[in-house]
Amino acid sequence: MTLAQMFFIYFAVSMTSLALLVISARNPVNSVLWMLALFFHIAALYLFLNAEFLAAVQLILYAGAILVLFLFVIMMLNLKDELKDRKFIKGWPIGAALVLGIMALIYFPISKLIHGPLGQYTIEAIKADTHTKALGVVLYTEYLFPFEIASFILLIAVVGAMVLAKRRV
Amino acid sequence: MVPLNWYIILSAVIFMIGVAGFLIRRNLFIMLMSIELMLNAVNISLVAYSHYLQDMKGQIFVIFIITVAAAEAAIGLAIIVSLFRNKQKIHSDEIAEMRG
Repeated sequence: MTLAQMFFIYFAVSMTSLALLVISARNPVNSVLWMLALFFHIAALYLFLNAEFLAAVQLILYAGAILVLFLFVIMMLNLKDELKDRKFIKGWPIGAALVLGIMALIYFPISKLIHGPLGQYTIEAIKADTHTKALGVVLYTEYLFPFEIASFILLIAVVGAMVLAKRRV
Repeated sequence: MVPLNWYIILSAVIFMIGVAGFLIRRNLFIMLMSIELMLNAVNISLVAYSHYLQDMKGQIFVIFIITVAAAEAAIGLAIIVSLFRNKQKIHSDEIAEMRG
């Protein structure tokens, strides 16, 4: 077993246990904090896969923006009474059984995975003109129209969030 | 060298944990966080494929998924805020206005 595989096993074990902690924490604030640790691990995994720009985006956007939004809303609402209630819905064994079944179903195709044809972005090619530039060239030429649609989705989210959360006057 | 299979299995495990959290928890915040968990699991598999197949398309998709996740979190939290303002509770199994 090489050093890289040992690092990967550490990440796999800690990410799985952090994900389990996220969905089993009683208090949503604890859940958000476990999620923060999980996002740091995911960013480290992206570094592992030579995706520096995405690791930075993961930390800035997910850990910096989305989780802070979650924390603000959780602390804004007063959830003292909710914490004493039961955590799971009544039919939770059915849900757990369903998940295990789908997991077994997913495992078989993964174990017979065959690679597709390789593309042109080898590690050397990315190193030559940096990861951010390589990503940006593809994003702003080939995927320009989806990029515009993404900005439109964000505009709809901004307007929709304000309309939904405003007080009735 | 870590085999590609390992990344895909890790991604599948985290995705299924997210599905489990969405199905069995009652708290709407944690259900929303489970959705984020699922989107992150998909991102891991896309980046892993992108690295192993030496293609940038997977990472472009990750950028779009992060955009959609941010929009989804904002809208979802706004819905929770307005729901809490009207009903004073955020449990998924006590919300049955639409008789669904």
